[in-house]
Amino acid sequence: MLRDITIGQFFPGNSIIHRLDPRFKIVITLIYIVMLFSGGNYVCLIVGAVYTFGAILLSRIPVKMFWKSVKPLLPFLVITAVLNLLLMSSGEVLWKWKFLRITEDGLNTSVFMVIRIVLLIMGTSLLTYTTSPITLTDAIERLLSPLKKIKFPVHELAMMMSIALRFIPTLIEETDKIMSAQKARGAEIDTGSFAVRAKNLISILVPLFISAFRRADELATAMECRCYHGGEGRTRLRQLKSAPRDYIALAVTVLFLVGVIVLGRII
Amino acid sequence: MAILETQELTYTYSIGTPFEKTAVDHVSLKIDEGEMIGVMGHTGSGKSTLIQHFNGLLKPTSGKVLLDGKDIWEDKDKIRDVRFKVGLVFQYPEYQIFEETVFKDIAFGPKNMGLDEAEIKRRVLETAHDIGLSEELLERSPFELSGGQKRRVAIAGVMAMEPRVLILDEPTAGLDPAGRDKILEHIRRYHERTKNTILIVSHSMEDIASFADKILVMSRAKLFCCDETVNVFARADEISEIGLDVPQITKVFGELRRRGLDFGKEVFTVGYARDLLLKHLNERKVL
Repeated sequence: MLRDITIGQFFPGNSIIHRLDPRFKIVITLIYIVMLFSGGNYVCLIVGAVYTFGAILLSRIPVKMFWKSVKPLLPFLVITAVLNLLLMSSGEVLWKWKFLRITEDGLNTSVFMVIRIVLLIMGTSLLTYTTSPITLTDAIERLLSPLKKIKFPVHELAMMMSIALRFIPTLIEETDKIMSAQKARGAEIDTGSFAVRAKNLISILVPLFISAFRRADELATAMECRCYHGGEGRTRLRQLKSAPRDYIALAVTVLFLVGVIVLGRII
Repeated sequence: MAILETQELTYTYSIGTPFEKTAVDHVSLKIDEGEMIGVMGHTGSGKSTLIQHFNGLLKPTSGKVLLDGKDIWEDKDKIRDVRFKVGLVFQYPEYQIFEETVFKDIAFGPKNMGLDEAEIKRRVLETAHDIGLSEELLERSPFELSGGQKRRVAIAGVMAMEPRVLILDEPTAGLDPAGRDKILEHIRRYHERTKNTILIVSHSMEDIASFADKILVMSRAKLFCCDETVNVFARADEISEIGLDVPQITKVFGELRRRGLDFGKEVFTVGYARDLLLKHLNERKVL
């Protein structure tokens, strides 16, 4: 059950998308998000979808994986769609029943929102699927480094992020173990009434917190033993280097953005 | 009759993904009531997966687990009762402690069984005594105790359910020799009082040799053997082939045999070895 979580999961590979410089990938993802939200008609959305699926094909990651990342958000999507559908009052009325009514604008907005959000999730999943968490935080650190001038703790932030990401699987494993141990003592976790389950949750959360603190403490000691003293003067094993393909990818994305904006104006 | 039995038990992790792996492969074995069994096997040999089937934490991919001759998965809703009959103590069990007092933590299992206050109290006091926790410790916070004491609290938490089969996964891992001996001694005492079946996973051949009537050996997801301790250590060569070891004293006596001094039996505890040698030396009038 817990093993099925895909957030932040990385699928190692050697496709062109995998090999792109992570800094460019982050910037491209940002441009991509702007692109999705700047187009105001269906043609723009189709262009966005073409871009998304093109990138997915290039990454050679099975489309099934992207469906897996969209699935947990389905309830949220349905609620968004229903609210948009029922609350929009402008436009031609298509259907009416008592106080409920569906208008043309409402229908358009809700379909629009759903497609946009799905594309958004797929596009951002592509980023985390093709970039290992460590390179990702590395890239974030580099991209934010200008903020150091105003005393913003960029390195510390990146370090905290990579540690947090690193420990997600560890903590999931730990939770699994503690759950099994309490189940062996007859705790009802998957079964039983809601009240019983909520009470038994304590028997998992307390040991989990204790172990998280213990791990943090041990990690801090281990880092200090290896003379960690913050980002000052730290060098890297893998330097991020941009290649022509990064600029090409960026140019293509910007082209798509401009295209979407233009299409949004003229249609 | 066998209290615990598996028939062609197989378990495969992550079916349908690239990480698919069979951890337990067609294992059939029988465990009789009242036996003290040592479980050996390499890391990743499938022993931890196997023992999690005994109390229904894992459901077999195929095959059966029988408790008292009845398939434990016959009625899915009764699986919790199986967990009260087959108590499982995980590795490093002190990490599962969560209550404010030692008493409450030991009482967690019995409480889940729905026992009344008086019975819970009796069981907690009795197991605390068995495992060597003094009564004034019971009202302390478990988090103030030493590592060895915490471990004993956690073991007591499972013992207090009075399971007919008690399984301990490396109960002495990470403890100093004194703490290790203490825990094994208390487990032995508990066994003598209750006559319940006990399975202990251990990497220490010396420990296993000192308590086990029978030894169960897992190797590469398969059951290597499940037999009397004497018979298992008699296969010293095969045992070392699968990357495990026999007790050092057994090796010494194997070497003696190779050099012409054969006592005709397997030796795996130091005490027994001493008796044998003394007798032999007396016979030859050396002493």
